[in-house]
Amino acid sequence: MANQVPLVDYLVLGDQPHLVANECTQCGARYFDRRNACAGCFGTEFRSVGVATEGEVRAFTIVSMAAPGIEVPFVSAVVDCDGTSVRANVINTPPDPDHVSLGMKVRLATYPMGDDENGTVAVGFGFEPAT
Amino acid sequence: MSAQDEIWILGIHMTKFGKHPDKDLVDLGVEAIQGALADGGVTMADVGVLAAGNLRGGGGIGQQLQKQVGQTGIPVYNVANACATGATALRTAIMAVKAGEVDVGLAVGVEKLAGAGLLAGADRDEDSNVWEPSGRYGAVAEVDGRIGTATMPGVFAQIGMEYGHRYGGANFELFAKISEKNHFHSTLNPLAAYTKAMSADEIMNDVMIAYPNTRPMCSANCDGAAAAVVLNGAKLKTLSKQQQRRAVKVSASILTTDPWEEACQVLPNVNTLTRNAANQAYEQAGVGPEDLDLVELHDCFATAELVHYDNLMLCEEGGAADFFNSGVTWRDGRLPVNVSGGLQSKGHPIAATGIANIWEVCQHLRDEGKQRQIEGAKVGLAHVIGLGSACGVHILEKAA
Ligand SMILES: [Zn+2]
Repeated sequence: MANQVPLVDYLVLGDQPHLVANECTQCGARYFDRRNACAGCFGTEFRSVGVATEGEVRAFTIVSMAAPGIEVPFVSAVVDCDGTSVRANVINTPPDPDHVSLGMKVRLATYPMGDDENGTVAVGFGFEPAT
Repeated sequence: MSAQDEIWILGIHMTKFGKHPDKDLVDLGVEAIQGALADGGVTMADVGVLAAGNLRGGGGIGQQLQKQVGQTGIPVYNVANACATGATALRTAIMAVKAGEVDVGLAVGVEKLAGAGLLAGADRDEDSNVWEPSGRYGAVAEVDGRIGTATMPGVFAQIGMEYGHRYGGANFELFAKISEKNHFHSTLNPLAAYTKAMSADEIMNDVMIAYPNTRPMCSANCDGAAAAVVLNGAKLKTLSKQQQRRAVKVSASILTTDPWEEACQVLPNVNTLTRNAANQAYEQAGVGPEDLDLVELHDCFATAELVHYDNLMLCEEGGAADFFNSGVTWRDGRLPVNVSGGLQSKGHPIAATGIANIWEVCQHLRDEGKQRQIEGAKVGLAHVIGLGSACGVHILEKAA
């Protein structure tokens, strides 16, 4: 199998792909970006924690107009993964209001984005309907 | 409160919002400043501080404007705070007056945006030849469109949908009806960029931008400027009876940012900082939502107006859909909201917006609202929000 690289460093590939968050050791706040300190409690220590791979769509939109180069339409959503909010596209279902709804159950899914000149495949993620 | 501590708007002006191909940023800013000075019956010689807001012009707009309207050597604060830039300029001038450093301050906000298109989310470049992690997420490729959306219509669509998920009652048609109200209101506002009434059906069948926001449910990019002269009550007492009669009291001037909460760095939380600003404003002014005669709130998208009914506590918590459906926010209702037409039709020249909404409220409090006057208006509230986030709330009262 070709070498793989995740789209973002908080996506962990392998047999069971999942997202990881930087969790503040002091207050439990979770972040997906590189941190200098905690915006909630100003603590500076973080640990890496796994995020639930199943969740519920708490908000979504179907983007029909985006910046040049971005394929539309697509579904942008906020997924509540057992208390941790995740921004992601809803994938593997038609991007229309008949197939995407508030409260729908979803699960993490990955997909190949193509390979670079070294043959490395970038892998993206989204959430797909869980039923 | 002593007269020295009271803040008043002496003069205020907004330009026509829309396309001004023959005017540059400075022309529009000058028009607003000279209009506000003339409205207040003062000159640049009376002004002790200038706060100037502009977001997309390249910097230093305050000094550029001084070079046309009067270089008196006063301090200039160039401010930028996303869509709250105008309110931030006003608040800056107010703080200088409140601090007792000057008696009279001037705030201006100006923007050239006609034809600007989507304002967030960069064009996506070709992916690089080698997947190389970069940035704070270690991303090997651009994430806008791959991990959600960075566009404002999409972000605010999700904000409205989230409210609907939490409380129910919000759907495509409801959001379209909110837009229908504002477009109807705009027919009475000659300074609005768009003044055509649209039915909810027409709005729903227009071009989809980010479901449920269609094009007429999005704020209109346009050119425009607005400016205000503020002063303390002691200085006002030295001016003419006419000036005192037309002055509008700023009984609260508040600016907040978003406190950290779970999810706020995933989807901007425009709710808590607005609620915080509103709470502080009501307390500072000594009034409650029930005392308001009109509200200009930041309807950058139809989906945003709904959540701000709740955030400004115009309705009970969770009750925004019922509140709107009861008809109270139409101009003939108990609490008219966005009688200017709102950003969806009046337009949204970003840095001008946070002063132009105050201009609108002042027109009514001065009984100068002409064909769209809300009769008997004594107290009004103006609200703006800039993503990132910043929220400005001003409560204004008619001179006694
Ligand atoms: Zn913390």
